[in-house]
Amino acid sequence: MSTQSSNLVEASVLINHEVGLHARPSVKLTKVAKAFAARIELAIGVGGAWVDAKSIVKVMATKAPKGAVLFLRAEGQDAQDAVAALIALVERDFDEGNAHVVAP
Amino acid sequence: MSNVGIVIVSHSPLVAQGAADMVRQMVGDEVPLAWCGGDPGGGLGTSVEAIMQAIERAWSEAGVAILVDLGGAESNSEMAIEMLGGDKAGRIAICNAPVVEGAVMAATEASGGASLAEVQATAQELSPA
Repeated sequence: MSTQSSNLVEASVLINHEVGLHARPSVKLTKVAKAFAARIELAIGVGGAWVDAKSIVKVMATKAPKGAVLFLRAEGQDAQDAVAALIALVERDFDEGNAHVVAP
Repeated sequence: MSNVGIVIVSHSPLVAQGAADMVRQMVGDEVPLAWCGGDPGGGLGTSVEAIMQAIERAWSEAGVAILVDLGGAESNSEMAIEMLGGDKAGRIAICNAPVVEGAVMAATEASGGASLAEVQATAQELSPA
């Protein structure tokens, strides 16, 4: 879901990735965010602190687990596209599918 | 526009190569990357010459960020930068950051086209204050 007022775009998505927003998913999310000019922030859960979605250190530090709701907000000319791309990445499970298999 | 290059310097070639593997797998190949480790005799250590060669392999017009592990890795990197000298020396930065985590963070930042100063700052954001 997403709402738009002027050029501020907000949306939220459920993180289904097996290990949550850990190292590899964080790197992917940050790289997608960096491709856009818009200011993009994310927060984990209602009331979570907003952090710069383009900062790999801050995104990884959220340690969002599987089942957490990722809130996004973006502002700028390509904000709509940026949020759509990030939501799509999370919904695609960061293009990893079942890549995370528990080691024997 | 070229992305900042990353050089990984460890006393152990296995550590350096492993860290580079993590960068390649987690961040991708849009960042120039090179590593070196071990002394010329096959033991643990670092070599100024090998560091200079790694810098050349990872060279980018945007500059190169170096991640080092302990003591000699840093002093030998400083010496390598000094020996390269000239214009290049001014576009090389040693990051005060843990080598594995710092390399992944720095490469992620570099992959988005960030400047050398931004790449260095991102790697160092991880370090204890």
